[in-house]
Amino acid sequence: MISIVDYGVGNLFSLSSSLKSIGADTVVTSDKQKIIDSSAIILPGVGAFSDAQKKLKDSGLFEVIIDEAKKGKKLLGICLGMQMLFEKSFEYGEYDGLKLLKGNIVPLEGKISPQLKIPHIGWNSLEFKNGKSDLFKYINNGDFVYFVHSYYAADCEESIIATSEYGIDVTAAVGKDNIYGCQFHPEKSGDVGLNILKAFCEMGDC
Amino acid sequence: MITKRIIPCLDVKNGRVVKGVNFLGLSDVSSPVELAEYYSKSGADELVFYDITASFEGRELFTDILTEVASKIFIPLTVGGGINTVDDFDRVLKCGADKVSVNSGAIRNPDLIKEAALKYGDQCVVLSCDIKRVDGEFRLFAKGGREDTGINAIEWIKKGVNSGAGEIVVNSIDTDGVKNGFDIEMLKAVCEVVNVPVIASGGAGCSEDFVKLFNEIPTIDAGLAASIFHFGEVEIKDLKLLLKENKINVRL
Repeated sequence: MISIVDYGVGNLFSLSSSLKSIGADTVVTSDKQKIIDSSAIILPGVGAFSDAQKKLKDSGLFEVIIDEAKKGKKLLGICLGMQMLFEKSFEYGEYDGLKLLKGNIVPLEGKISPQLKIPHIGWNSLEFKNGKSDLFKYINNGDFVYFVHSYYAADCEESIIATSEYGIDVTAAVGKDNIYGCQFHPEKSGDVGLNILKAFCEMGDC
Repeated sequence: MITKRIIPCLDVKNGRVVKGVNFLGLSDVSSPVELAEYYSKSGADELVFYDITASFEGRELFTDILTEVASKIFIPLTVGGGINTVDDFDRVLKCGADKVSVNSGAIRNPDLIKEAALKYGDQCVVLSCDIKRVDGEFRLFAKGGREDTGINAIEWIKKGVNSGAGEIVVNSIDTDGVKNGFDIEMLKAVCEVVNVPVIASGGAGCSEDFVKLFNEIPTIDAGLAASIFHFGEVEIKDLKLLLKENKINVRL
């Protein structure tokens, strides 16, 4: 069973439907015990980092996720959920993340040409880094996925498994030990996205 | 590299897709779910569902359909039509929409853009504008293009982006239905003043019109059309191959 963490941030309908469509056994939950009992965790999220971090802390799930990840449970962060895996975010201030991966969340603004639009929105191609991650078992280098974001993970070379070119090499996906993250939305990336979720589910025995 | 997007638009009334649809191999040509699946498989980058029903029952049917589409199709979905309040945003987002397009609702209540952007994020709010040339200026029209608001469309769009609109759909009334190409002049005028994605709508008659659009306005992000896709005049797969031949980056 995969638990999709529901902490009041964003819409989980598509994520939960996409997992169902690949036959995964999922539960959308904010219940600590259900998260502890699950064999893998997906941490979603859209919106502002500070708001999401506060909601995750208020719900008491911040520590639960850290503990479960440290025990070796497979964890996949999606979009803002991926950003939460890192040490700090500099979105409208300075906020602590879950500190499960090395690196910080910084704005695209100022790093890319002013002609490029922010948010980085639309379909962009993946370039695999550091070999081919297990998360990409069923997809190919160069496949397209759907992005919507204005901030990205920097100083995270040790965990980068894919980048996408948008003026700079934007961190598209990360993976280290049992911890994975996608800046893009696999649940909105057609068959490529479903195949990424499928690979994660298999790793998590779901 | 980021790609240019091709977006079919489906008008839905009482749970059915309206406008003649002419596909081979579809058992029910006016089923929004079947059409959405067909487009998704053909390589559509996104789908727009426009609710043109006015009744309460029609709205209920629309949200049921949307839920069904969103549970089967995993590409971005934008919903428009009848969006007047933040509650309307909530209603369609809960059914699986990713973005919500506002038009007349924002003209009646300009605070709607700001309120929705604060609650759901800029990326969720699409400002759709029906524009026509009147007395030498680009004029904003309301109520499906029937009513001249007297508002300068370029100023309206600038204001909309400042309020939090994350994407702009420019529908040229002057070129809509003429099938003689997109309104390059109008689209350029909009692209010059905003730095959020701009989607061209109105006027596509053939694949070459998309090539011309992306070649003449490199900053435009997407092309939207309805009838040429519904009637099978242009197949999205072929269109994308043609764009690629013309060195325009697309998702294939």
